[in-house]
Amino acid sequence: MIDRDELLHVARLARLALDEDELQTTAAELSSILDHVATIDELDLEGIEPTAHIGDVEDSLRADQVARSLPREVALAPAPAIRDDGFLVPSPQGE
Amino acid sequence: MAKAELEPVIGLEIHVQLRTATKMFCGCALGFGEPPNTRTCPVCLGLPGALPVANAEAIHYGLLIGLALNSTLAPVSTFHRKNYFYPDLPKGYQISQFDLPLCSGGKLGEVNIHRVHLEEDAAKLNHVGVGGRIDQANSSIVDFNRGGTPLAEIVTEPELSSAEQAGQWLRLLRTTLRTLGVSDVNMEEGSLRCDANISLRPAGSDQLGVKTELKNMNSFRFIERGIRAEVERQRALIEAGEEVVQETLHFDPRSEAITSLRSKEEAHDYRYFPEPDLPPVVISESMLSRAAAELPELPAAREQRYIEQQSLSAESARMLAWRAELGDYFDAVCEADRSLDAQAAANWVAELQGRLGDQEAEDSKVSASALAQLAALVASSKINQGGARQVLDQLVNEGGEPAAIVADQGLEAVGGAEQLAPIVAAALEANPELTERLRSGEMKPIGVIVGEVMKQTRGRADGEQVTALIREQLGLS
Amino acid sequence: MADDIQALSAAAAAAAIADGGLARAELFEHYRARAAADELNAFTWVAEDEPTVINGPLGGVPLAVKDLFCTEGIPSQAGSKILERYCPPYTATAVANLAAAGAPLLGKTNQDEFAMGSSNENSAYGPVLNPWDRSRVPGGSSGGSAAAVAAGLAPWALGTDTGGSIRQPASLCGIVGLKPTYGAVSRYGMIAFASSLDSAGPLTRDVTDAALFYRNLVGRDSADATSVAFPGPIDLPTSERLDGITLAVPTALVDGEGIEAGVRESFEASLETARELGATIVGCEIPSAPYALSAYYVIAPAEASSNLARFDGVRYGLRTEASTLDAMYTQTRHDGFGAEVKRRILIGTYALSSGYYDAYYGRAQRVRTVVSRELAEIFTKADFIATPTSPTVAFRLGERTADPLAMYLSDLFTIPMSLAGTPAISIPSGLSEGLPVGLQICGPAFSENRILDAAHALERAIGFDGAAARSGGV
Ligand SMILES: [Mg+2]
Ligand SMILES: [Zn+2]
Repeated sequence: MIDRDELLHVARLARLALDEDELQTTAAELSSILDHVATIDELDLEGIEPTAHIGDVEDSLRADQVARSLPREVALAPAPAIRDDGFLVPSPQGE
Repeated sequence: MAKAELEPVIGLEIHVQLRTATKMFCGCALGFGEPPNTRTCPVCLGLPGALPVANAEAIHYGLLIGLALNSTLAPVSTFHRKNYFYPDLPKGYQISQFDLPLCSGGKLGEVNIHRVHLEEDAAKLNHVGVGGRIDQANSSIVDFNRGGTPLAEIVTEPELSSAEQAGQWLRLLRTTLRTLGVSDVNMEEGSLRCDANISLRPAGSDQLGVKTELKNMNSFRFIERGIRAEVERQRALIEAGEEVVQETLHFDPRSEAITSLRSKEEAHDYRYFPEPDLPPVVISESMLSRAAAELPELPAAREQRYIEQQSLSAESARMLAWRAELGDYFDAVCEADRSLDAQAAANWVAELQGRLGDQEAEDSKVSASALAQLAALVASSKINQGGARQVLDQLVNEGGEPAAIVADQGLEAVGGAEQLAPIVAAALEANPELTERLRSGEMKPIGVIVGEVMKQTRGRADGEQVTALIREQLGLS
Repeated sequence: MADDIQALSAAAAAAAIADGGLARAELFEHYRARAAADELNAFTWVAEDEPTVINGPLGGVPLAVKDLFCTEGIPSQAGSKILERYCPPYTATAVANLAAAGAPLLGKTNQDEFAMGSSNENSAYGPVLNPWDRSRVPGGSSGGSAAAVAAGLAPWALGTDTGGSIRQPASLCGIVGLKPTYGAVSRYGMIAFASSLDSAGPLTRDVTDAALFYRNLVGRDSADATSVAFPGPIDLPTSERLDGITLAVPTALVDGEGIEAGVRESFEASLETARELGATIVGCEIPSAPYALSAYYVIAPAEASSNLARFDGVRYGLRTEASTLDAMYTQTRHDGFGAEVKRRILIGTYALSSGYYDAYYGRAQRVRTVVSRELAEIFTKADFIATPTSPTVAFRLGERTADPLAMYLSDLFTIPMSLAGTPAISIPSGLSEGLPVGLQICGPAFSENRILDAAHALERAIGFDGAAARSGGV
């Protein structure tokens, strides 16, 4: 079960604005999903290691060799707002 | 209730930019003041679909650091995601290490190391103030050149007890890292950044008080001043019966003011989880042996060498070993004149550094060979200590050759019995009353006679030699 | 001539081009015209001209690519409004590999937003219609790819499978879909949903096409640290028999509730066919299977919540302007993401948040270990696991949108293999009420050659005909 305050907290962590009606329906949906997920509790997982990665990769590292960077205009092209050759955002200090 | 003495408990977190050719997880060359956003690619811009691949050399540097700090190196090390939103963090998470860092434990000097882990640096945010329109709020511009630079984060145990100790230890760490060649360790340019966790507790207690975190101090002096200021702030709070609040703080070195960086309600919940894009890094035998083979002589070993092979005092050995630049300068002085007594050379290096403040000896106007010359002039009694200090002052200010300065300013020592004896005799003669007192065994007036001789020789006589001559002429043994 | 071209499988078309019987440009234009006239909403972008084609083993046969693969200079929107008109500066390795092997890009196909869905109704660019019945869904999330191939709008298509997103739409559209061993295909340039589960694979008309496609898709990619070299080449399948092969059927799972009678009948008929081909059918248990679904619906949203954090309005994509940074973030993400994506971001964020990690993410990862062990155990006694791919045939548009949980149950049979990272194929096993049913065959890691061989033998014996759908796409 997830209550309104928890949902607001999670939405805040995820930087998702939720309308009032979204809040209502989402809380109910999440609760039913989480209830279903909670059936995992029926399993005895004592002593079982978690799996974070599938398969073994022998050598996953990269040699320290320079590859070409993107031209600046290409890097900036998809940006919603740019100024002085950089990505423009509302200041995090302006809050 | 009697007030218990409060003692500071300080832990340090140091972020070190590694001097690899490329970034931590992509092939972009590291940025060094290039125009903004010219060192980016899909990976370090966090473009959709791009994936990180860890830089083998950064892992190698991490292992070198671990070996130098006597850490335990992990056989298998994993990366985690640290999730939070900020414009300098393109993916919405920082790839860092969490439960299996590359290095655990260890010790440098007297300070125990908690861990060393690898992560990626954030991009640079430039605050540009109010935008063009009146209704526009403050803006920032993001430059991703720095984003993704490899960082080693070194965390000490909370066991430093003063600002001075923290500053001194950081110098040792910096020297160690510089010797390893893994970083530029330039604090002003941000390649070495230090946060301090600070709390106070009653002396002798083994419990930790509420700590605050002082962020991103970028010079040794600021670190010492910042820690000192924060310790005093906490002391004042506690003594006034108030409570220290756990928060992140910023120290302004100009105003000495300490301000809170983040509001309390912004609770941190980084939702760490294993980075699925990066398989665990298995540290192979060959990686370990390569790191071991590349390990240079470190400050502790250098300190030992100075004591054992050059018979330096413990104090001199530490000073020179812990500040590698100074040690290198000392080595150059000894190299310039192999007949010099090492301890005397070390003393002159210390004398020089005392005059230079924050400047490095090698960047000063005093070349190592000039200092060697100066030390030799003293050793051969061509000048006395006072004269040598005068020469040193001039070297520091204007540079030049010690011998020439001595000749120029007439600073040659007046020495040898044949030169000094008549002057001593004249001084005794001119002060019969004092001479009598000396003869009767009262030694106090000897200073006046020495002073008189110094006056006559314009300070160029050797004080000890003058004393010896007085005794000789008065028949005192 | 157009009908003749339309009747060719991709492999047959490549052969026709190779021996001079078919002009490459004609083939491209045939499919380009069909894709441009698409009435199923299967495409989100169609090429205007044939791109430069490299001579290679794929013979110039045009390729449809799921929208979430980055294609340089071409919209790559992952079915999301937040990436509307976004054109990346680079191309995904999988697409580049296929292009290098001679498959030119025909178009980008519609999908559930960020691959989250089993019906293709979660696309910001509208639902895709099933060519067998336009009132029904094509499955998802690779619904556009599946519908395009089934309707003959494309000879073959590249899709992705995280919990069943290739196999389930292949099943619902009556075509072949192969989910590879995790790591066998590079994920570089695939817009991530759940990184530890995502894999790219072919959707094709038949098993031979799947093998031809797949042999040019696999390979270690230094840009994807989780990618591995496939041990040995992928062969074109030739098998017509299943002698000596053991198929294990997870009885409790297949006999469980929620499986349509028509699906069960078709599945049993397939088993009978397998027996006739010489296979032995045995029962097996995957006791953790019901929990696998729960684990999946923790792990996938958790990874997604992190993968989708980069959509913040700063560097690309949609931005809703606001005076504070926080308002810009939250409003951009509110406006840019659809309901299902938001739901999963919230679930995933919750499952990773402090105090809940162990109960949700930690436990789910342990279930993953159990599922892998149970499958590995079965593979010590049997060559393959066989199940229906989906418990139902294609359902009606809108039928399940109100109940996310019911939608999630579509993936009951496909999720265990996703968690274990093992390969699985879906091939058509027949029709139920005029709609295709899929048969899933799953083997241990890197057993794709054997899976393709077995699927080939069954395909020939089953003799499914998808021609009815291929006339219906335009
Ligand atoms: Mg850090
Ligand atoms: Zn880069």
